Amino acid sequence: MAVLTRDETDALIAEVLEVYPEKAKKDRAKHLAVNDQSVEQSKKCITSNRKSLPGVMTIRGCAYAGSKGVVWGPIKDMIHISHGPVGCGQYSRAGRRNYYVGTTGVDSFGTMNFTSDFQEKDIVFGGDKKLAKLIEEIEGLFPLNKGISVQSECPIGLIGDDIEAVSKKASASFDKPVVPVRCEGFRGVSQSLGHHIANDAIRDWVLDKRDGQPHESTPYDVAIIGDYNIGGDAWATRILLEEMGLRVVAQWSGDGTLAEMMNTPKVKLNLLHCYRSMNYISRHMEEKYGIPYMEYNFFGPTKIIESLRKIAAFFDDSIKEKCEQVIARYQPMMDEIIAKYRPRLEGKKVMLYVGGLRPRHVIGAYEDLGMEVIGTGYEFGHNDDYDRTIKEMGDATLLYDDVTGFELEEFVKRLKPDMVGSGIKEKYIFQKMGIPLRQMHSWDYSGPYHGYDGFAIFARDMDIALANPVWHNMTPPWKKTSDAENEAIAA
Amino acid sequence: MANIMIRQAEHGGLSFYLPKRDLEASIESIEFDTPEKWGGELKLDNGGAYYIEPIARPPRLPISLRARRLGAAED
Ligand code: SF4
Repeated sequence: MAVLTRDETDALIAEVLEVYPEKAKKDRAKHLAVNDQSVEQSKKCITSNRKSLPGVMTIRGCAYAGSKGVVWGPIKDMIHISHGPVGCGQYSRAGRRNYYVGTTGVDSFGTMNFTSDFQEKDIVFGGDKKLAKLIEEIEGLFPLNKGISVQSECPIGLIGDDIEAVSKKASASFDKPVVPVRCEGFRGVSQSLGHHIANDAIRDWVLDKRDGQPHESTPYDVAIIGDYNIGGDAWATRILLEEMGLRVVAQWSGDGTLAEMMNTPKVKLNLLHCYRSMNYISRHMEEKYGIPYMEYNFFGPTKIIESLRKIAAFFDDSIKEKCEQVIARYQPMMDEIIAKYRPRLEGKKVMLYVGGLRPRHVIGAYEDLGMEVIGTGYEFGHNDDYDRTIKEMGDATLLYDDVTGFELEEFVKRLKPDMVGSGIKEKYIFQKMGIPLRQMHSWDYSGPYHGYDGFAIFARDMDIALANPVWHNMTPPWKKTSDAENEAIAA
Repeated sequence: MANIMIRQAEHGGLSFYLPKRDLEASIESIEFDTPEKWGGELKLDNGGAYYIEPIARPPRLPISLRARRLGAAED
């Protein structure tokens, strides 16, 4: 049950849009919708993947963020050069908590920032020479790197540097892959195009490098695609797959390596978690190598069980059998968690605003705890994401695409959820309003949330956030006594 | 002309994908659907229509093809 009826939600949207000028109102209205489960196609009710309105607060990133920050960044044994001015890389450095094993600075480079630090003269005279020199220096200082990627920032495209030529030359002289990525921030409307560009770069420069080479494969080889190992997510996923008897050949790209990417075309099945950022490469592998891909969801026991069975269905009976054993083994643990937390969390309402796969994937996990998601939205989703969301969300709940700071605040004020799941930029706004917020990008420095182990942590974290005694102390003591009446009226 | 990809949809039927615009839609009807002649006009569930040169039915999907848009751009 949603908090508001369909008409009320419609009225709410109209009311919130009231403050905008005519043109902006018309544009934003297309991005806000009341969910209707009977709609087959999201485009009939919501528009997505459009340029944000100038002047509103959006929390989108740029194509560079999508490529360097999301897709390429976590490949730990490669060095990713943020090519251009220093800021883009430095301010996003190590922000995504992609865990990895390795010795940073020796054989792994995940949390380090490499940049060509463009100055005025590089903009005026071009930065190709600098890039060539930089790659040479990297080779001298970090000889154990397995490859280099050149992640273009805005100026590279603007001044027309030829990073492809530099990369090819460097690649030939060091006999290592050097991958130029044309992910300048101004391309596209959000980080989403950056994912696409990064996927295409992997396709063109990495994926086919081991074609035709012998590979000891088993019938149970799979790859985890689109898991960035935030707080250890991919590990929590991998354990389950291995317990099922599958062999995980590659992890993309959390805790991943270049060799794993090159070996991926030899697997039997691609398991795709974040559809938004990695569907491109999965489609490519399906066509070129005939590897089917399957979207799965490892948030919360209901979805995990569903996904495990779906995965097992691709394999023989031995896997199916082991899959059931895995499910049975973890069931008591899940029952215990739900018995503990459900009574504490039952009926609580959540609003989400995140990116990638989470606006729809975590719904099941909340429902397992008896909580309800009453509003959700994607920063940079496309129609196909909303297609997949409509069925997951309750009727007459709110959907918002690329929601602006103002709109989200107003929606939260009106719908009064018990908790908001969004990012750091929203966290303190809502907490000051007295609403607990869990960061659903970085798991609020906790995690993992994937898999059975992750669900235990997820449940605990949600309980911690809601049960925090601070929420009873939102009114300062001096106001409590004198203004108790006013308080009651205002509330 | 645009590059498109046609794949087997999870629950039967065909799905259409236009990488350039990241557009995914299901194919409602295909003009020719015999082993020797496959293709022609594709009607999509989003209201759009595309034309692919008829070919022999591909032995394996997905397949990337060149397609021409019929009618106005849908979104
Ligand atoms: S938009 Fe351009 S300048 Fe800004 S962070 Fe992205 S790449 Fe850097």
